[in-house]
Amino acid sequence: MILINSSWKKYLLIASAWWLFWVIIVTLVIHRLGWPWRVSAADASLFMASQLIAVSIIRNTHKFYHTNAKNISYRIVYLFVIALIVNTVFRWISPLLLSTYNSYGTFLSASFPVRFVFSLLMIALLDVMFWLSYFTKEQESQEKRKKEIETLFKDAELARLHLQLQPHFLFNSLNSISALTGKQPEEARKMIQQLSDFLRGTIKKGDQQLVSMGEELHHIELYLDIEKVRFGDRLKTDIRNEKGTENLLLPSLLLQPIVENAIKFGLYNTTGEVAITICATIEKENLLINIRNPFDSGSDSPHRGTGFGLNSIQRRLYLLYARNDLLNTHCENGTFTTSLLIPQQK
Amino acid sequence: MIRTILIDDEPLARSIVREYLQAYSDFEIIDECSNGYEGIKAIHQHKPDLIFLDVQMPKITGFEMLELLDDMPHVIFTTAYDEYAMKAFESMATDYLLKPFSKERFDKAITKLRGLKQNNHSVALSSIDLGKIRVRQPEEESRIVVREGGNIRIIPATDIFAIEAYDDYVKIFTRDEYFLKKKTLSYFEEVLPSTEFIRTHRSHLIQIKYIARIESYEKNNHVVLLTNERKVPLSRSGYVKLKEMLGI
Repeated sequence: MILINSSWKKYLLIASAWWLFWVIIVTLVIHRLGWPWRVSAADASLFMASQLIAVSIIRNTHKFYHTNAKNISYRIVYLFVIALIVNTVFRWISPLLLSTYNSYGTFLSASFPVRFVFSLLMIALLDVMFWLSYFTKEQESQEKRKKEIETLFKDAELARLHLQLQPHFLFNSLNSISALTGKQPEEARKMIQQLSDFLRGTIKKGDQQLVSMGEELHHIELYLDIEKVRFGDRLKTDIRNEKGTENLLLPSLLLQPIVENAIKFGLYNTTGEVAITICATIEKENLLINIRNPFDSGSDSPHRGTGFGLNSIQRRLYLLYARNDLLNTHCENGTFTTSLLIPQQK
Repeated sequence: MIRTILIDDEPLARSIVREYLQAYSDFEIIDECSNGYEGIKAIHQHKPDLIFLDVQMPKITGFEMLELLDDMPHVIFTTAYDEYAMKAFESMATDYLLKPFSKERFDKAITKLRGLKQNNHSVALSSIDLGKIRVRQPEEESRIVVREGGNIRIIPATDIFAIEAYDDYVKIFTRDEYFLKKKTLSYFEEVLPSTEFIRTHRSHLIQIKYIARIESYEKNNHVVLLTNERKVPLSRSGYVKLKEMLGI
């Protein structure tokens, strides 16, 4: 584990210390077997140097070849072969350097199995450590990638939910303007102005996440004015906001689809006059908005429309606040109420 | 004289049709309606030659209104729906105008209408099953609109116990009543949510939540008893399907 988070320098230091530690141990062991210090040290250094070659080989193969549970037996065979080769090479080279002692050859032959097992254990240990290091790094980068994708996805989704402008609204408004142009050109000009202001507001707000309630209400009023031209006397609106609410913040363009929904629901469910009420209050420092529209329970099942058009708002609130309880609807005495609670950051 | 009725819930939308139509001296607007209810009444009363009809309107859609008519006038849809959705109606309606539409486009629709009338080509909408070429509205999965005497009833899908094929009609059963509608059972099987409704028999469709129990009266012969105590036959394949759906 130490290897993973350290810099290259630190890694080299630890590796050298580890190597030196084993050189000393091996020297001590050989000396205890009756060999002079000089021979013991030379043998130990040469032996450990050969181990270094083995380690560097397995370390490099890790870069190209990754072990998993399926091919672990191949890996064991591979380590076995490396240990065997390195020790055989050592067995050949060391007599050339230390040939002054006659019995040294015999010692080498006798110690071969011990050296081989030592070598195998050593490179196996390091191999596991390399693998762990690689595995953790891989996992870390995977985690990072996943997070990045999630953020990207969230941003894209928010942007999409943001600008869910009903094409119906646009085309019907344009049709109204077309109708006004002939006989009431002044009215037509006014409506073009209102529609432009509304669209500009929608586009501008696409960039910002939070807006003040005052600003959002202004946007809603523009929208309602356009709808009133379209539906004439059938549509009545009443906007009430408690003092202090105009400075509270809410996600931009969140209210408009709810009002749109209320109008659609109200206008298409009854044939008479439709009154839409928007009421903003402060509830325990948070912003509470109630939107009411008439509802004809006689002709339609009350369940219908509970989630109608509101799913995308629910989703947006969840993405922003990680809460599913901010949007509620209920139906009572012919009135359908949508309540929206917006938490305020302290 | 071509007697015309305008049906649209937006006054300005009606006024532009009126304005365009002024150029034609042989067209007479005999009535204007702001929803499908008024539309049906006016059509029955005046028997017009032509209607301009919006799709999205209060209470019932333009399509649903057409379903309830006995005699079909020529229909020109005026709607903000996208072209793709309206293409499906080309064969049934005389024409469709996408809002906002130009005078030139409007004139084209009138020319088309004249052509059809000259060839004595009645659209005969009633003979075409509206459902077959229908672009499905979200409303239609959740309700059925029927005529009951002079009144229009909207039956929420959740209130439907069973539907039975009955010659050219279907009988739609609620808890205590039934209504007739000129449609096929297959249409409803397709339109109503398949998780809620099951075809238990060649001529029967039932809502699963109203099943009280399944009774067998002979070996391999079953009936379904609904919660309003109505008995509905269950064919062999219907029995298999039902068992599968209920997980028994």
